[in-house]
Amino acid sequence: MSEKKELKELVVQGAVYQTKYTKKFEQRTFWEAPDDRLIYSFIPGTIIDIYVKPKQKLIEGEVLLLLEAMKMQNQVRMPFDGEIVKIHVKKDEVIPNRHLMVEIKRK
Amino acid sequence: MSLRSNILDLRKRKKEVQMGGGEKAIEKQAKMGKLTARERIISLLDKNSFHEYDLFVEHSAKDFGMESKKLHGDGVIIGTGTIKSKPVCIFAQDFTVAGGSLGLMHARKITKIMDHALKMRVPLIGINDSGGARIQEGVNSLAGYGEIFFRNTLASGVIPQISVILGPCAGGAVYSPALTDFVFVVENISKMFITGPSVIKSVLGEEISMEELGGAKVHAEITGNAHFYAQTEAECFEQIKSLISYIPRSNAKKALSYPAKAPLKGKKVESIVPVDPRIPYDMRDIIKSITDGSDFLEVMEHFAPNIIIGFGRMDGETVGFVANQPMVLAGVLDCDSSDKAARFIRYCDAFNIPIVTLEDMPGYLPGVDQEHAGVIRHGAKILYAYSEATVPKVTVIIRKAYGGGYIAMNSRHLRADFVFAWPTAEIAVMGPEGAANIVFRKEIAEAENPEEMRQEKIQEYKEKFANPYVAAAQGYIDEVIEPKDTRARILHALQVSENKSVFLPNKKHGIPPF
Repeated sequence: MSEKKELKELVVQGAVYQTKYTKKFEQRTFWEAPDDRLIYSFIPGTIIDIYVKPKQKLIEGEVLLLLEAMKMQNQVRMPFDGEIVKIHVKKDEVIPNRHLMVEIKRK
Repeated sequence: MSLRSNILDLRKRKKEVQMGGGEKAIEKQAKMGKLTARERIISLLDKNSFHEYDLFVEHSAKDFGMESKKLHGDGVIIGTGTIKSKPVCIFAQDFTVAGGSLGLMHARKITKIMDHALKMRVPLIGINDSGGARIQEGVNSLAGYGEIFFRNTLASGVIPQISVILGPCAGGAVYSPALTDFVFVVENISKMFITGPSVIKSVLGEEISMEELGGAKVHAEITGNAHFYAQTEAECFEQIKSLISYIPRSNAKKALSYPAKAPLKGKKVESIVPVDPRIPYDMRDIIKSITDGSDFLEVMEHFAPNIIIGFGRMDGETVGFVANQPMVLAGVLDCDSSDKAARFIRYCDAFNIPIVTLEDMPGYLPGVDQEHAGVIRHGAKILYAYSEATVPKVTVIIRKAYGGGYIAMNSRHLRADFVFAWPTAEIAVMGPEGAANIVFRKEIAEAENPEEMRQEKIQEYKEKFANPYVAAAQGYIDEVIEPKDTRARILHALQVSENKSVFLPNKKHGIPPF
């Protein structure tokens, strides 16, 4: 009977099945549409330097900050012409992967 | 010197080398909960069957003070012996000698026994317990690994290759097990990874223990690198012995026959399966109702458990089973389960083991994560493996067989030799719920009570299409059978397929969607 309690629902093509989940299935990541106004880290590392301030206007390609990871200094650049809204990291901060670093907006 | 003293001298030399890294190192090995390399070989092989070669091999390193060091057997034991009276070639890395590190002569010993195994067409068992490359030997140690990988590949599909991970197996060393057919791991003892926790921490800042990164459970459950998981070394050796009994010595042979046995009188097969396809049951109960003595050696039990693979016997002959498991994720096909089944199908095909497919699956697992993980190319592996396999292939459709999954699960269209279906089988392009929503979209939308109309149309579709008779009318199914006759029908099908011979177009090799 305890087995019954563990059963969960899985919908496949409109039908609702009683079944168990795997650990991997439970831990799957859900898709979120990327928002290009939020700049996330693409690798865990250290913020070596920040070159910009909030409200600063920048053009595409200008360097926002340096993120050091795997002994490489990565220049994080402005993806389009726009303005800095908020900076979420500090100099010398160690950040994980997919960490929000800078919020920007389009010109 | 007399002959007698020569013999005594030999005995003394042997005794010394057989001590491996010496008493202290052996004690340390025991403290880690591990047997020594020699103890492992002796526990695994038939009593007094082990014969060792290259006992007196010495390392050839000349740098970093290595020239003055003596490493007994150069940290690996090789030889031949028998398991259940069947011959095997075996090597075991000796962690007590320089951490089982791999240098040139160590690798040469391994490749020597690999060459023997391939030449003599007997299974190869490798026991891995090594800190990795012997840094002092530099590029020679890399060459050693390369020579091993090359032979693993050469021997693949010719002789069974079994890897037993009984200690660390890190960096490049992991690729030899990965190239072999079956990988055995033991809780708290096996550790496999490309880059270890300390490197990961220093470059990425991620903190993880060795066990969480590449322990036995991780490889049995998450990565799919391991095929058999055991709590102790002793249990692991029993698993290996059992596996050896099911598989042939080489691709030119059939697996040995055993005396036929009836399945145990457990659950009646009719009582296992609920008629409602949305209610689960344990597919292993069906397999056990079919196999001799209800014995079933499950492979990769903990990885992608929505599909079941493993070996059983029918009338004394080895059969490979591939079966959807409604108890887990409703038995869907997904990236992992396709990968798991496809490799097993190819194994069976390479080693002359007939394949019995038991089908009960609602289709592919929906989700962005699956699509982005490449369910298209992974799913294609199963189609490829079944289509290419020329061993006898029998399918029994128990309940759901919907859509692309129906085609994939050894359908007639991929050249199944026999396709049977239970009267509860539903062979359709999709389940009634999904199909009714599409086919009767207009009627449902325009109805006064759409939900009522939907249910009515689902019912209508169910009655017309959710059965085996539409497919049977096309000859896609050979016979609709009563559940109680399942074993007898499969047995007969396998008997008449015994001399099956098919001709595939001549080619160097195919290009499966790896």
